Amino acid sequence: MASGNSAIRDGRLSVRIAYRTSNSFTLEAEFEAPAGFTMILGPSGGGKTTILNCIAGLARPDAGRIALGARVMFDSAARIDMPVAERRLGYVFQNLALFPHLTVAQNVQYGIAKIPAEERRARMMTMLESFRIAHLIARKPGEISGGERQRVALARSIVTNPAAILLDEPLIALDNATRSKILDDLRAWNAAHEIPILYVTHSPAEAFALGERVLVLDGGRILAQGTAQEVLATPRHETIAQVVGFENVFDATVRSIAETQGTMLCQLDGSTTRLEVPLGHAETGARVRIAIRAGDIIVAGERPHGLSARNSFPGRVESMRREGVRVVVMIDAEGATFEVHLTPGAIDALRIEAGKEVWLVIKTYSCNLVEPSVRS
Amino acid sequence: MDWSAIFLTIRLALVVCAILLVVGTPIAWWLSFTRWRWKFFVESIVALPIVLPPTVLGFYVLVAMGSNSPIGRWYQSLTGHGLPFTFEGLAIASVIYSLPFAVQPMAAAFSNVDRNLINASSILGASRIRTFLRVVLPLSVGGVVTGFVLSFAHTLGEFGVVLMVGGNIPGVTRTVSIAIYDHVQALDYAGANHMAILLMAFSFVTLSITYALNRRVWAVWPMHR
Repeated sequence: MASGNSAIRDGRLSVRIAYRTSNSFTLEAEFEAPAGFTMILGPSGGGKTTILNCIAGLARPDAGRIALGARVMFDSAARIDMPVAERRLGYVFQNLALFPHLTVAQNVQYGIAKIPAEERRARMMTMLESFRIAHLIARKPGEISGGERQRVALARSIVTNPAAILLDEPLIALDNATRSKILDDLRAWNAAHEIPILYVTHSPAEAFALGERVLVLDGGRILAQGTAQEVLATPRHETIAQVVGFENVFDATVRSIAETQGTMLCQLDGSTTRLEVPLGHAETGARVRIAIRAGDIIVAGERPHGLSARNSFPGRVESMRREGVRVVVMIDAEGATFEVHLTPGAIDALRIEAGKEVWLVIKTYSCNLVEPSVRS
Repeated sequence: MDWSAIFLTIRLALVVCAILLVVGTPIAWWLSFTRWRWKFFVESIVALPIVLPPTVLGFYVLVAMGSNSPIGRWYQSLTGHGLPFTFEGLAIASVIYSLPFAVQPMAAAFSNVDRNLINASSILGASRIRTFLRVVLPLSVGGVVTGFVLSFAHTLGEFGVVLMVGGNIPGVTRTVSIAIYDHVQALDYAGANHMAILLMAFSFVTLSITYALNRRVWAVWPMHR
């Protein structure tokens, strides 16, 4: 994809902010975002949008420093607070904020008004074509579909050759197919430009499918950050599990595919345990990631019979601890450790204690593929 | 029919509206976007002409313009004549008198523009003025038209301020409302009636056009939130 103009690459985005937005909420975050997708994952009200607003200059943190490479946009100590208009960022809001009274062409050209008309038009056309919306040029935002609006909003931000892009759940209202098409276009564009893209989402599946890097944010604090693997492998912090949605995440290799059954058999890394999981877009030998909620795993005292669940295998109780009204049990199954949540009643009935041999039962549809396709 | 009074009135209303567009727009813009804690103070001052009797306003404007006041003396040294009982003086008084009618609808319309659109404009590198001209103003056309028409109609019908500041000089400060009053004083009810009907019909037509236009404005530019 041609850019039409050489992007000025400033390098990585480094952010350190402390921002007390109300008596009960303080945002404290420090992270770096290199070129490529960095996902900010967390529940609503966790401070995700506030981070983006601080970076864009729409909100002013109480203290901290925000820089893009050597270009300092905010530094409380040095009293630097670059005006919004000079930061050269792309920001796509959740509600897109397309100008309703302007056509698609006028919207997309809005941020490049200063360059000569001919070049401006050429650049706009290139952008519209690469986002496959060139036919909408004369329409107004009210006259096109939701997916088309998202594309226009992305094109409008990107055509300015921003030094970094901030996306606030920009694709939340779209169906999966449309969303993945748009994301593929965005990915293709960034392959040639290599700028940091911060992508806010509350969907774990989206975060882990898209992001090279993931940052888990809740209550104004970063709970974990790093590659998808690193975040998922972080010590099983209660809140991370809640935010991420899964207590158990395994990397695995596809061993066989039963197309007609709609399932595939995957072997967990570092274990002989195999799980039957729903069919994904993967081939035999492909690497996948499987996520299972601790509450979805059934524990049996002896080998179960006559179950519809396809996965049952033996394990050994490693440890258990009580958390409020539930008991968190860690069970080792031939090298793979499963976290299982049980009620105290179930613990008593099964007489579960450390060292006891048990059987684990997991339905095929309780195994979630968090990486829908194999991109790596 | 006192045509000179009618033309004078229309000329005054147009001049006042033009000045109000220039003066009122920045005030309205400032009022809708400032986070200054004493903003309500300015709002009260702007709205004062709505509640004050026109005679009170006219009295103070007259005093402020008079040859004993610094403003009056400064103007006199500049032009060689005073402001009271002139068309310029009348126009200035009318601008103050009609200010809230221009500012309030505009400020309301500006505040109604989605903040995200204004933020998006800044992020795309636009200056405040460009943001105002390209985003805020086009999306506030209804409010600006309403402000224009209301202050026009309001200026047409003013009486107290004109009497205090302008007096009753034919062709200079004798507006329609003053002329009507004169006719009634002279027991010329037919003459008063002609001018009153004209004023009423004109006001009705302008207001109808405004409301009709406003409706179309919203239909043409729906907000997509």
